[in-house]
This record gives sequence, structure tokens and C-alpha cells, in this order.
Amino acid sequence: MQSVDLSSSDLRSLNAALQAQAEQTNQTVWEVLNPRGAHAIAVGLDAPIEVTVNGSTGYYCAGMNKQATVTVKGSAGPGVAENMMSGTVIVEGDASQYAGATGRGGTLIIRGNASSRCGISMKGIDIVVGGNVGHMSAFMAQKGNLVVCGDAGDALGDSLYEARLFVRGSVKSLGADCVEKEMRPEHLHDLAALLEKAGLDHDPASFRRYGSARKLYNFNIDHAGDY
Amino acid sequence: MDATPPTLPKQSWTFSRETNADIRRAAATGIYDIRGGGAKRRVPHFDDLLFLGASISRYPLEGYREACGTDVVLGTRHAKTPIELKIPITIAGMSFGSLSAQAKEALGRGATLAGTSTTTGDGGMTEEERGHSEKLVYQVLPSRYGMNPDDLRRADAIEIVVGQGAKPGGGGMLLGQKITDRVAGMRDLPVGIDQRSACRHPDWTGPDDMEIKILELREITGWEKPIYVKVGGARPYYDTALAVKAGADVVVLDGMQGGTAATQDVFIEHVGQPTLACIRPAVKALQDLGMHRKVQLIVSGGIRTGADVAKALALGADAVSIGSAALVALGDNDPKWEAEYQKLGTTAGAYDDWHEGRDPAGITTQDPALAARLDPVEAGRRLRNYLAVMTLEAQTLARACGKSHLHNLEPEDLCALTMEAAAMAQVPLAGTDWWPGKAGF
Repeated sequence: MQSVDLSSSDLRSLNAALQAQAEQTNQTVWEVLNPRGAHAIAVGLDAPIEVTVNGSTGYYCAGMNKQATVTVKGSAGPGVAENMMSGTVIVEGDASQYAGATGRGGTLIIRGNASSRCGISMKGIDIVVGGNVGHMSAFMAQKGNLVVCGDAGDALGDSLYEARLFVRGSVKSLGADCVEKEMRPEHLHDLAALLEKAGLDHDPASFRRYGSARKLYNFNIDHAGDY
Repeated sequence: MDATPPTLPKQSWTFSRETNADIRRAAATGIYDIRGGGAKRRVPHFDDLLFLGASISRYPLEGYREACGTDVVLGTRHAKTPIELKIPITIAGMSFGSLSAQAKEALGRGATLAGTSTTTGDGGMTEEERGHSEKLVYQVLPSRYGMNPDDLRRADAIEIVVGQGAKPGGGGMLLGQKITDRVAGMRDLPVGIDQRSACRHPDWTGPDDMEIKILELREITGWEKPIYVKVGGARPYYDTALAVKAGADVVVLDGMQGGTAATQDVFIEHVGQPTLACIRPAVKALQDLGMHRKVQLIVSGGIRTGADVAKALALGADAVSIGSAALVALGDNDPKWEAEYQKLGTTAGAYDDWHEGRDPAGITTQDPALAARLDPVEAGRRLRNYLAVMTLEAQTLARACGKSHLHNLEPEDLCALTMEAAAMAQVPLAGTDWWPGKAGF
């Protein structure tokens, strides 16, 4: 295992070393010690490596990740896994605002709660949250799946496009153009796979599905008050 | 008995023909007017400034024998690889989606031939654009359409767009009729639906967050790329200062004449400040922070001629950027398409329904037949020619002021024709040594 201690090594050295790993690297397992809330840890990775961050992180941990598996053994600051392309990011604790923002692929697993705007503008990422999500989660979400095992705050899925939202607990309110939809067999199947990947044994049938009513897809003056 | 002399019909200035037409259109449709371009109203502009030229106390440079430099280096503050341009005129960000692929290619070709950079837009980077642009600036916009780390790394610079002059504080909308399979694919959305671009970034709020965002982008790209921050002309002093504080290498400042692909007319005409009013406050912010010429300032919004370039640089900018003018050089609003403009209910020079995708010139469209009208090679050459003329014009004016480089131009080379321009540019009203607000009056 390769180990980098951020109490004695700087961020640039860490990221440069991680970003330098090629597809066929032998250095596949990395450990980051003493992150102490540093920002932009393990960003821009593009190799099938495993990185474990032993502690909590600041903004944008694992931002724009490709291929790598990044595990935060603590909580993550704003924008964890923002614009992720592929791979897996796991947050053992809670995640702050904008978790998985604009993510295009891969899986983000948050074992605790996620704050507001979780999955904002997501574009294909799958996000599984073990606890609750805050207000305006999945705002303008375009593609992918957001699974919330707890409750969702105000204005879930506001101005939603084609992303699918699954919530096990209560939803404080739905945002503009977001509606509850029928849970069909294909949704139960996909949801079961996501829960299994996250190591959660909830019954998919205990979730409700939300999606776009598609009324705001083309501007209509009669819907102006809905925007 | 003689008839009473008739009065002539009087049109109201307040309720002009245009205003009444707007009211009738609104009443008929229930929808506000959306259009492309920048502010069409008359605002104080570079035309309201004049160069003083040489005299007994200032001697000129010989126009054909003595050099006048035009090069500029952008991103010298933090980037390992700053951008070196032959001319201080760049091509502003305009999206594929709003523009045809041919138009984007032509912009890249023209810019490259002229030795300058071009910029992506809200929709990601296309192969045509990257392939034909020697220097390409990649925009990071609130929508993050098409954003990915590979394109970040193959860009020559990164521009974080906080706002634009046509609509400071506003997002964007690409109407469904321009959303082809390719555009939709790049934006991860279904074909044919309106694509809204948010007005705020999804993963940060405010200058402290932006500083961390810049850190992340630098870490992803190995601190190689210059990072620009683009702001609309709203609060230029503070926006410039905050961009510098956040770590920007370059500040791009876009005044209200700057164009957009599509926004409400009321937004374009009623929000933001004229370009002329933005430059001095931005330069003062840089000077107050000791960062003038260390963080470069690019000014855009209504730049049309070499005179505009020279005046912007004289007021303290390091470079300018053009968008609408570049489209005109490619062929936008060309009178040769007048018959087709008439069918669209407009006329050459006034066509601004860029969002509808029916541009006869094949520039602001995704219609394959219309887009095919634009030859990217020829259009690119026209843009190169235009950029060359602007550069020659700016050099002509600089030499007349005795300056061996465009960056040696200074406010002392200028006077203003109007009180408003004198106040905004902080140069003397012609024939005086005074401008409004000058201390000691």
C-alpha cells in the first residue's frame, strides 16, 4: 500500500502521484493520512486504483473522478465527487452540500446524510444516500439515479429532467415539475442493484419513485407561475 | 374663410412605434420577447472618445518603419503555461448548439490564422473547434454541459463564467428547435426540449468558494492552465477585486453591449453597465491590489474596430474579446440574404432571432441545410482578415500617439466628446482638463 501523509506532504504532491497512475499500474492501493479537511483531495484521477482517505475532507474530494474507487473514512465537505465520470466514491460519514453535483457516471455512496442540493444537475451518476438529503436535492437533475434511504427535504427534484429519484422516507415537498410516479418492475430491478452495490438490504418496494412531469420541457406562458 | 391650418400627426416619444409594436406583440402572445445579441440602445461608448495624437510635446512613430508591438501574454500569475497571443483580440465564448459546427470551426480557423485564441461555450468542446483552434479557452459554466476532465486538460486555458454582459445575473435558454441529436447528446438531455442553463454554479457560492473551485481546477490540470474568471459588467470594481482574491490569472469583463445567444430583451436592455463604464473601475481594482498587468484584464462588449481596441487598451485593458463582431465577419446579417431576412419579418442588420435556428447565414442554426451555407475555410479567412484590419488600425492609432506597443497607450492619450463618456472613462472632456468627479474641481 502506498501511503501519503498530508501532515508532511502537500496536496500537489499527493494529487500528482495519484494522477500519474496509469491503467496498468501496480500501485493500486493508496492511503491518505491526516487529510484534516483539506480541499481537492484525490481530484482528477483516471486509473483503476483504490484510495482511502483516513479522515474528513474539505471541498471537492474525488472531483471529476474516473475509474478510481475513493473511500472517505469520515465526512466530506461540499461538492464531493462533483462531475464524476466513472468509478466509485464512498463517504462513510455525512456529506455537505452539492454531493455528486453534475456527475456523469459512476456511483457515489454516502452512508450518512447528505446536505442540500445533493445530486444537483446530475447527468448520469448514481447516488445512494443511507440517510436523509437536504432541500433542493436533484435540482435540474438530468440523468442517473438518486436513492435516498431516509427523508428528503424541501423542493426535491425541482425543475427535474430525466433523472430518477427513489425515496424510502418522507418528502417534505416536491419541487416544480417533480411528481410521484409508478414504481414499475424495471425500476425495482435497478433500485435493487443500486442498494446491493451500496451494501444496503432495504426492500426496494419500500421506496417511492419520483420523476419529471415534463410540463416545463418547452416554455409555455400558462406554466410561467410554475417556474 | 381660410381653413384652419392642420397640425401634423405627432408620434409619442414615450409610446413610439417600436414601443407600441412591443405592447401589441406581448398582448397577442403572452410571452416576453427573447432574442440574441447585446444591448441595442445607444449608450456611451468608445465612439465618444478621441485620441489626441502627437504634438510638440509627443512625437509619433513612423507608420511603416517603426515597430508597434501587439503581442500579449495571458495567465502569467500562476499558470505554468501562459497563453501567448500575437494580437490582443480574442474570440469570446459562444456555444456549439447556439452556433453551427461550421461556425465554430470557422472561428477556430480565423483565430488561429490571426495568432489568437478562441473560446468554447455553453455546450462543451467539439472536435471541429479543438482541431482548428491552436489556442482554445474552455469555459466552465453553471450548466456544466459537456464538462469533463479530458477536455479540461486539452484546453489551453480555463474560463470560469460567473456572468456575461448581456445578462449579469441571468442564466440561459437554448430552445428546443435547436436541440439536434448531437447537441442533446453533448448536453445529456433529450432531443427537442428547451435546455435551461442555470444562473449560478451548482457547486459553489461566492468568492471564497470560487477560490476553492479554482484550486480544484488547478489540481486537476496540474497548475498548467491559465484560469480566467469572466464577469458581466455589474460591479466591476468589486467583481475584479474578488476574482483576483479568488486566484484568477485573468479577469474577463463583459459590458452590456456583449451578446448572448438568447435572453429576454428586457434583460439585455436593462441590466448591466456599458462597457465604457466598466473598464476604469476594474483597472483601479487591479491597481489598488498591485495586480495591474500581473492579472490580465480582457474587456468585451461592443468591440468593433481597431479604434475600440486601442481605446480599451489605453484605459488599461490588456486585451479585448469579440463575439458579435466575429459573427458579422463570418457572414452574420449579410445583406446578400436580405430576401430571406424579409421572409422572417426582419432585415439584414437587425436579425436577432438567433434562438429560433433559422439563420439564413448558417451561423446561429443547427439546420443542416442552412449550416452548410457557411464555408468554414472562407469564413475563417474573413475573420482573419478582419482581425488583421483591427490590429492594423489599433497600431496606426498607437503610433500616432508615439507608442511602440499597444500596451503603452494610456488614458492621457484620450479625451472625451461627452460629459458621460468623460465621467465613465475618467479622461478630460475635449477642450478641458476636467472630467466629472475629478478631484480638485
